[in-house]
This record gives sequence, C-alpha cells and structure tokens, in this order.
Amino acid sequence: MADTLIGIAHTFGDNINTDLISPACYMERSRQEIAAHAMEGVDPDFAKSVRPGDFVVAGKNFGSGSSRETAPRALKDCRVAAVIAQFFARIFYRNCINIGLPVLICPEAGEIGEGDRLEVDLGEGVILDLTTGRRFSCDPLPPNIQKIIASGGLLESLRR
Amino acid sequence: MPMTMSEKLLARAAGLPQVRAGEIVTARVDCAMMDDILGPRVMDEAFRAYGGQVLCPERCVVICDHYAPPANIDQANIVAFTRRWAEENGVTQFYESQGPCHQLLAEEGFSLPGTVQVGTDSHTCTAGAFGCFGTGVGSTEMTGVVLTGELWLRVPETVRVIWNGKLSRGVMAKDLILHTIGRLGHAGATYQTLEFTGEAIRELSMEQRMCISNMAVEAGAKAGLIAPDEKTFAYLADHGCRREYEPVYSDPDASFAGNVTFDASSLTPQVAAPHEVDNVFPVKDLLGTRMDQAYLGSCTGGRLSDLEAAAEVLRGRKVAKGVRLYVSPASQRIYRQAAQMGLLGALAEAGAVILAPTCGACVGTHSGILADGERCVSASNRNFRGRMGSKAAFVYLASPATVAASAAAGELRDPREFL
Repeated sequence: MADTLIGIAHTFGDNINTDLISPACYMERSRQEIAAHAMEGVDPDFAKSVRPGDFVVAGKNFGSGSSRETAPRALKDCRVAAVIAQFFARIFYRNCINIGLPVLICPEAGEIGEGDRLEVDLGEGVILDLTTGRRFSCDPLPPNIQKIIASGGLLESLRR
Repeated sequence: MPMTMSEKLLARAAGLPQVRAGEIVTARVDCAMMDDILGPRVMDEAFRAYGGQVLCPERCVVICDHYAPPANIDQANIVAFTRRWAEENGVTQFYESQGPCHQLLAEEGFSLPGTVQVGTDSHTCTAGAFGCFGTGVGSTEMTGVVLTGELWLRVPETVRVIWNGKLSRGVMAKDLILHTIGRLGHAGATYQTLEFTGEAIRELSMEQRMCISNMAVEAGAKAGLIAPDEKTFAYLADHGCRREYEPVYSDPDASFAGNVTFDASSLTPQVAAPHEVDNVFPVKDLLGTRMDQAYLGSCTGGRLSDLEAAAEVLRGRKVAKGVRLYVSPASQRIYRQAAQMGLLGALAEAGAVILAPTCGACVGTHSGILADGERCVSASNRNFRGRMGSKAAFVYLASPATVAASAAAGELRDPREFL
C-alpha cells in the first residue's frame, strides 16, 4: 500500500446501505458481474465512470444493513483506492479492512466536492483536496490495521 | 482504572489487565458460530486456501437455521454442504432444524457471562443478555477466527440505556427495545456498546432480556450487554450448562460515553412501521392498519414467554378471517415445552398454524414469505424493504402480544384491550 494516493472523488450522501452498494439480486453472480453493478442503487453509471485509484466519499453511516462482503468487494474490484466517510456502519467498516480496502473516517467528508482531485495520506490520516486547496485531517488508522490493509487483507496478514 | 463491562470483557479476552475504549485489541474468541447462509459455504474457498485447519473445533458451533428445514433443492444442498463441512472439519457442535442460532447458543450454554462470542449473523449481539460480548462478523473475518481462534476488535465506548420503573401489563420487552431504537435512531449507537440497566431490565426474565440484546444491532451497536444476575445463572443451570464462567460488571465509576434514560411505567405498546426499524410509533397512532399476516417467531419473538403472551390474548378468540397467523417457536426445546403447557394447542385452537423452529419467514427464505402488497405484523427484528419476501410487502414490527391482538382483529390493535 503506497502511503499517498491520488485520485478523483465520487461523492454520496448519508445512510448508503449495502443493498444500494451491492444489490442482493446480483449476489449469486460472478465477482466481475457484481462489480459491474457497484453502487447501482444510487448511481447506475458508477461502475462505468469510476477509474482505478478513485475514491468513494460519503456522508454518515456508510454501509449500513447486511454483513455481506460483496458490498466492499464490489468497490475493491472496481479498483477504488479507498473509501472515505463521515462514519461507517460497523460490520461494513470491518469487512473493508479485512478484504484490504482502505477506509478513512473524515468528519468533514461532506465538504469534499464531486470530481475533486484528492491526495490521501493513509499513514498520516490527511486528505488534501487538490481542487480546492483544502486540507482535512482524519484519525489515521492504527498501525496494526494499516498492516492488515497493506498485506491485502486479514487472511494475507495472518499468512505472514 | 475503572472499566465498563464491555472493556472488562475485551481486556480478559485480550489477556490484558486494562483496556480503554478506542484501543484496538486482539481478542481470543470463546465461541465462534457459523450459520448455513453466511458460514461454511461462503468461507470454504478461502478457508482451504489458507490451510483448511480449524484451530479449535471445540470453540466452534455450526447451525443450520436460515435454510432448515429446506424449502427447495438449492437450500437442501446448502444445508447438506454445511452439515458435511462441520463433520469433515471436526466441528461436532452441529445443530440442524433445532431453531434460530441465537436461541440455541443460549440454551446450549454457549452464551456465557464473561466471554466473547462472534457469529456470521448480525444478531449475535443476543448473547449480550448473558453479559457475553456477542457480535456479528463477516465471512472473511470468521475464516480468520476459525483459523486462528482470535480477532482484532476496537474496544467500543459504552452508552448506558437506563429503564427506570416497571413495565405495565400488556407491555413487553419488545416494546421497550423498539422505543429505545426509535429514540436512538438506526445509526445512533454505531461502534458502541449499549448496556441496558435499570429496574425494568432487572425485572425481566432472561427470555425477555434476550429480545432486548437481540435488537441492539438495529441501532448500529456492536454489543448489547446486560449485567448477569441470579436469573442469568438460574437460566444456565436450568438448561443444563456445565461450563464454567466468571461474570464481569461495569465499575460504578467507569467512564460511559452517555446515558439515555426512560420510564418503563409510562411505556405503551410500540410498532416499527415500514421500512426502517427506527420508524417507531405508539400502536395507538396506527390502530386499524389492515394485516394479511401475523408472525410470531424468530430469535426475537418466539420464546416461551412470547407464546404465553400471545396465547393469553388469543384464548377464547379466533384469528380474523382473511388473516394468517404463523407461529414458529424459537427452538425445538421451546416447541416441546409449549406443547406440554398447552400453549401450542391454545394457539392452534384460535386458528394459528404452527411451523418448525426456523429463521425462514423472518429472513424471507421460506415458511410464510409475503406476496406483493401484503402487510404483516411480526414479532421479529427487521422490517427492511423485501426482508420477509416481496419488495412490495410491508412489515410492521411489534410485540408478541400486539401480534396476537392484531391477528384476532385483522388489523393493528393494542393488546391491552384483550387482557
């Protein structure tokens, strides 16, 4: 995991639940197909418009509802570099870390604009909005959690 | 330094003298529960890729409840796979068609004071009623637990939910927790432990306490703890629990993130209207809402005292024409007890259809799922769109007494009129 990531922000509101991120009707399909429908419940064009290294930036309670891992997995398979939110639903947050998808809690995430270019330092917990010049500080992830993400997920980190 | 119950539970599991909210610890898991829907069949590929060895089979439990008894061939194959997986991996603590996992974990003595339990089901917080740190995890997480016997946890802050006074007749634990969630909101306790306390909680039976802890996750909570007491110990002893345990309690001067206080004596029957669990109203505000189905069952509302409350309302009455009342006792043990006590007979006499103990209708997999446009009043725990079947159906969550009264009337009714 490179400590500094640069990409474009795709912004979303509050209470985006797992059914909106990864609709249940695709759960039986292949990972590629599930990823092709990522965020379909709120933005049907997301999977087409997202580029490797981009960020998902959301409001409060991102990932509420089901414990299904297809939700963070679909974002990871779209090559989203990190998910930033004002706060996350608990099981979704853990699932992200356990599959190696970086997450950052940023109370000011709502002030990041759609399409803004961001520079994110996961180690320091700093988001620099290169479009507006604003700087947001977040609590950096604790070192042991950073280690899990850097390994590519929980099982990879256990193997090491 | 003083600690909360939640901090003490995780300190013990981490082998540390002291932990504080916010800290991340590696906790030893005392009980790891895998169900049929998100357990072995989802975990198996990664499990094999990373060694395929269950570290401590004696701390694992596998339960087929969501798809058992199966309604179609796919479900039957999943149950068969799960059964085989348990056998091949040395997990002898295997249950099938015995009822929803959280009730079985309680009855079989796996939800013990002072311990940590994780399960591939978000309602694993039910174990909190025993002063056990129970919480739901994803399938990758469970794979890690099965391989290593431990997992990382952020020690949550604790919010105390204090219920003073006593519940009045016809008002149940379900009303109490629905009202709490209505106040906190469905993300109101995210990352946190809720510790339920106060006279009303102490007065409740273990069965009713389990209903409260069960729904802590509906406010986003990680755990929903209740301090163990004589009732807890008696429940475990009565159910033949021979395992040893050592309860822990919050220090009086522990640091809590907040206190929310309620008065039980003024609480009236509550209902969570579609399609969110925090969309809570007093039943009196929605009186007369027509129902097609009434459901009494699940890990939230199918216990003996729930069936008793329903039978009390329905004795000498009949389920209204055009309404189906389905009853699924929360375990095979409860089924037998309810039969011996004449409760199943009384309910059937009133027109109820008695089903197997299962998660089926609550999670919309079988045994009473809803058609387009139908309304159901249910003693279960979630009313999300599509939860109990059709995405065009409507689920109203209420107490077992309210479910029974509404079944008799064919519309949402206050059970106190029937007592």
